[in-house]
Amino acid sequence: MMSEKFFTEWFLPGIWITVQVTVYSAALALAVSFLIGTLRTSPLWIVRFASGTYFEIFRGTSALVMMFWMAYAVPSLLGIQFVPMAAGVLALGLTYGAYGSEIVRGALAAVAPAQREAGIALNFTKAQRLRKIELPQAWPEMIPPFNNLLIELLKGTALVSTIAVADMTFAGNLLRLAKGDSAPIYTLLLVIYFVFAFLLTRGMRLLERQANRRMGKTPPEKTGFLSGLRSKSATDAVTGTGGAK
Amino acid sequence: MSADQNLTKDQSNPAVDGKELIRFDKVTKRFGSNVVLDELDFSVNSGKHVTLIGPSGSGKTTILRLLMTLLKPEEGTIRVGGKYLTHEERNGKLVKAGEKHIREVRKNIGMVFQQFNLFPNMSALRNITEAPVSVLGLPKDEAEERARELLDMVGLGDKTDAYPTQLSGGQQQRVAIARALAMRPQVLLLDEVTSALDPELVAGVLDVLRDIAHTTDITMLCVTHEMGFARDISDQVLMFDSGRVIESGTAEKMFNEPEHERTREFLSAVL
Repeated sequence: MMSEKFFTEWFLPGIWITVQVTVYSAALALAVSFLIGTLRTSPLWIVRFASGTYFEIFRGTSALVMMFWMAYAVPSLLGIQFVPMAAGVLALGLTYGAYGSEIVRGALAAVAPAQREAGIALNFTKAQRLRKIELPQAWPEMIPPFNNLLIELLKGTALVSTIAVADMTFAGNLLRLAKGDSAPIYTLLLVIYFVFAFLLTRGMRLLERQANRRMGKTPPEKTGFLSGLRSKSATDAVTGTGGAK
Repeated sequence: MSADQNLTKDQSNPAVDGKELIRFDKVTKRFGSNVVLDELDFSVNSGKHVTLIGPSGSGKTTILRLLMTLLKPEEGTIRVGGKYLTHEERNGKLVKAGEKHIREVRKNIGMVFQQFNLFPNMSALRNITEAPVSVLGLPKDEAEERARELLDMVGLGDKTDAYPTQLSGGQQQRVAIARALAMRPQVLLLDEVTSALDPELVAGVLDVLRDIAHTTDITMLCVTHEMGFARDISDQVLMFDSGRVIESGTAEKMFNEPEHERTREFLSAVL
């Protein structure tokens, strides 16, 4: 369906661009999530107000329009011209970071108040309590919702094709325009997005198990796809639920 | 179980000379319209072991939580070692204290909670070393050495790497005691520390506390329903009712010949 030249010059680099946009946007979104999410738990109303405003604005605007705004409005407003990928990463990272901040805020709020009290009794500063007690305990709770968000973000990266970033969706559109043969290329794209999403989920599952181990918790029962293929005894050996009760 | 020598010898307490260490002046604490403490006055001399008894809801735990600054009083002042706890003097006037002042006074106070409240994200050892390292600035290896001594003292020398979820309630509470002691407080607040434990685990925790009471000069302020334990360790027993101290005296006097009718009723109900 596609020529070898097209495959090596557009499609493979497109896959790589998708990976890059996902990684950069996810890193930005993660930083924004923790920053805004933590600020939203501040005792100072002005800090809560400012961070809450950020959250509302980016939750309430379209990521696609935000991308157009970064790519085409910012140059005329501020005189800054982003390269297209930067505009795409900014729009995605800031938008998904707003959603992520809600995950961080919620997980922090779910840490037992008694933990805060124990931290006060040991005379930790507020910052130390946050860094050493509250965030580490909230982290395992954040991972499953972060996984959902990460997959939303991965699929959202297809939007960058609309601002001339040559990701794999952009390559697919090119091929359709050249050959008019849509079915195979879009099917292939769907499969690739699915495989990426699946790999991310597996990675996040590992992260979750590691985080739970660091809390001294035995990992939850495996419920994922493929889990039925493993024998019971193999699962027990992996989770190591022998003595510690 | 041997006493930790460090606790007695190195204790750099300026106030182990029997002087007044804690003073409540007309402290009032309300939750909504419910007055839990009503212009409470009382004081504790340093080195003393004081037990607060009384029916639930009489404000005993509230006193400990006020001292730990987990609650703020509506009225009145609390002093620890002569310094105001939630107030500070500025231009001759008493104003609400800032975080820095509170932390300075609070460093003399440690607390053990009913529900242990160990940090589940840290091993037993790190539960004990984290605050000495990051709050007191102790070198890590020194803090760890001391944490091991403390774990030995509470009989858990082999549990350094265990996480709280891997320990029984009694073991968690003993780690929590070690954690509080690692900060070398002048005052140790014990808030119903055996109430959440299975009956067979209570004795182990109380033995540790008896040991600390008899071999150190830490001031102890204790809310408990374990009257035998209270009788063993207390220099002074305060009977609370409706946010006021209605009777106080030595353990012997309070348990053997209480004067107040309410005290007699309460003790006959719990003993």
